[in-house]
Amino acid sequence: MILSNVGFLSLLLGLISSFAVFLCTVLNIKKNLLNLEKNIYKFLTLQFFFVIIGFFILLYTFIISDFSNETVYNNSHSTKPLFYKITGLWGNHEGSLLLWLLVLTSFILFFFFSSKDEPKNFRLYTVIFHQIIVIGFFIFVLKTSNPFDTLFPVPSEGLGLNPILQDPALAIHPPILYVGYVGTSIIFASALAAMVTGYVNNLWAKNLKKWVLISWTFLTGGILLGSIWAYYELGWGGFWFWDPVENISLMPWLSLTALLHCILTLEKRDLFKNWSIILSIVTFMLSVSGTFLVRSGILNSVHTFANDPSRGIYILIFLFVLIFISFVIFFIFENKNLENKKEIFFLSKETSVLINNWFMIYFLSVVLIGTVYPIFLDVITSEKISVGPPFYNKLLIPFLIPFFLFMSVGPSMNWIKTNLKFKASYIYYFLLTSAATIITIYFLTQKDFLLIILVFSLVFLSVKTLTNFFKNNTNHAQNLSHLGFAMLMLSILFNSISSTEIIKNIKVGETFISKNEKITFEEVKTNEKKNYSSIIGTFEVKNKNNKIIKLYPEIRIYNQPVIATSEAAIKTTLFKDRFITINLIKDEQLFNVRYQNKPFMIWIWISTLIIIFGGTFAVFRKKKNYS
Amino acid sequence: MYGKKVRLRIVFIISVLTTIILSIYIILKLLEDDVVYFKSPTEIKQSSENITKKIRVGGMVKKNSVTLDNEKILFVITDFKNEINVIFAGSVPNLFQEEKGVVAEGFLEDKNLFVADKILAKHDENYMPPEVKESLKQK
Repeated sequence: MILSNVGFLSLLLGLISSFAVFLCTVLNIKKNLLNLEKNIYKFLTLQFFFVIIGFFILLYTFIISDFSNETVYNNSHSTKPLFYKITGLWGNHEGSLLLWLLVLTSFILFFFFSSKDEPKNFRLYTVIFHQIIVIGFFIFVLKTSNPFDTLFPVPSEGLGLNPILQDPALAIHPPILYVGYVGTSIIFASALAAMVTGYVNNLWAKNLKKWVLISWTFLTGGILLGSIWAYYELGWGGFWFWDPVENISLMPWLSLTALLHCILTLEKRDLFKNWSIILSIVTFMLSVSGTFLVRSGILNSVHTFANDPSRGIYILIFLFVLIFISFVIFFIFENKNLENKKEIFFLSKETSVLINNWFMIYFLSVVLIGTVYPIFLDVITSEKISVGPPFYNKLLIPFLIPFFLFMSVGPSMNWIKTNLKFKASYIYYFLLTSAATIITIYFLTQKDFLLIILVFSLVFLSVKTLTNFFKNNTNHAQNLSHLGFAMLMLSILFNSISSTEIIKNIKVGETFISKNEKITFEEVKTNEKKNYSSIIGTFEVKNKNNKIIKLYPEIRIYNQPVIATSEAAIKTTLFKDRFITINLIKDEQLFNVRYQNKPFMIWIWISTLIIIFGGTFAVFRKKKNYS
Repeated sequence: MYGKKVRLRIVFIISVLTTIILSIYIILKLLEDDVVYFKSPTEIKQSSENITKKIRVGGMVKKNSVTLDNEKILFVITDFKNEINVIFAGSVPNLFQEEKGVVAEGFLEDKNLFVADKILAKHDENYMPPEVKESLKQK
């Protein structure tokens, strides 16, 4: 009880420090006093300090299972393993917002420390704009989602954490994703500040690139973790469902990717100034509206948990204020950052970046329309619809082909002007790609025209990107990420067209056939654990060569809250995953069994890791250049 | 009448605008075919025309209605006003239970029989899809 009050007080003090930072910065810009800058440091540190105290108090109440705290009561249970007591902190709305605040305040502190070489007014304005966000979130936390609400009388036991969230991948998913989301707040604040101070130039781009890369890398990692979790925990055997909640993490990713390419042009050629600013603003708006859509319950998603509409309205108002501010600043200060009147030669890196951005914006619009259209339709006609994979496949896949082709040649272009000389190597590329395509197509079951072209363009992209590694003067971080992307697309393609699945309701001892494999349901055991009891099935998979694989899928019945989850049994090899889940429908002897063959599953994860590795490499390499 | 630059710019802006409008139009047109509408059993019973498109049906799984054999699961979705029989061959989410909310996706055979190809998952035992909540509220 006392602890929770201290935590609340600490957050209040944090809010006061935020106002202090805001005031100091405004005064500093007006009067230009030196000692005030020291105060900014002080208050920024204080603000971070208070949030971290609040965070640790909440963490402690979770660890000791102090059920006088409402958040702990709603989301924890004394029999839960320690690891999930800790991660339960951000497995709920209140705690996750506190985490958001923690990352937010630590980033601005880090920004202020690391930007000493940049113009003073730019730094101060960045702090001002960022403080608006911080204060907004502080008030949001304190007013609508206070994690330190107390309960009296104190309940003797908590309600427990939704078992589906008790999972290692999902435990670290929110912090990673939040670093990605919140990193865009620095990009946003810095873009507005650069606009106001007329600092939108290659120096700004050079410094901002680091932040873009960090956000982008973490966002990619967050999405990867979420997909892995969905794959083995939800029991569908898929990793991406075009669910609104997934889409809203993809949208900032797309605009960040566009920004990442665009900012390179700004750094090297001093071009695309306004466009970079717009992308920075859009990226952050997409992050905030993502939070809004998830928390308000407006989105109709399988991922949605219980929620509260008043929170949604608050974020909506906050979002409108931010959009309004950015619009005003953009139009007032646009003249301060005049675009360079440079001609762009059509065979140049500038053009390829532009083409990349067009594609990104197109993909973004498709995802945005698919996500938002059902909401509008519901409001206008109260007709309820959902937009599924066919929509996205139809709209995205045809455009992927030119995208891959442009992506193959884009990185080989030079800045300013590329002289296109005929080289014999082009013929080799073409022959090599065609040969590889013919071989891959031969092994595929489906053979339609679109597919063949898709495979061809993807193989071409992979070959081209691979050869880039051996060039002199090449950007290895970029090569890595591009290669990872090509591999990811290839694995997703092969995975989606050659996955097989068979679903049966069978009893113990029965057998069924899936393609070349014979699957026998051998036995069922039960097992008691501290916070759940489980039913474990034993399955034997025998293939043509009489090779035997045993799989042990599980049904867990958690004690608090009482929920059954099925734990998939997955046997991963380099070429395919075997995936099996069981489920009890009624308390009968018939089990609902789903058996799947998922080719190249592990390559989806590996290639995404390569993309992330490329991003990480770029962050650290840039740092070396500074020193 | 205008300079070359101005004319170019006008052409550029007009072409950008037409592209945007055209693409949104095309997207929405495509959307028409690929969206899945949500219906309650009552809406299905009352609709005058035959629904041939893929739809989602939501409501409660009726008590004692679930039966199953090796290949398929049979159950009844009810919104306490009207009911519809569902036949489903596939895997069900963990929270599929009698007297719990459910959303099934598939095609209507006739007004009394729905052939589902997917039963949608939920993550939270207290959570109910908004459509189901609404269609149950109207009872």
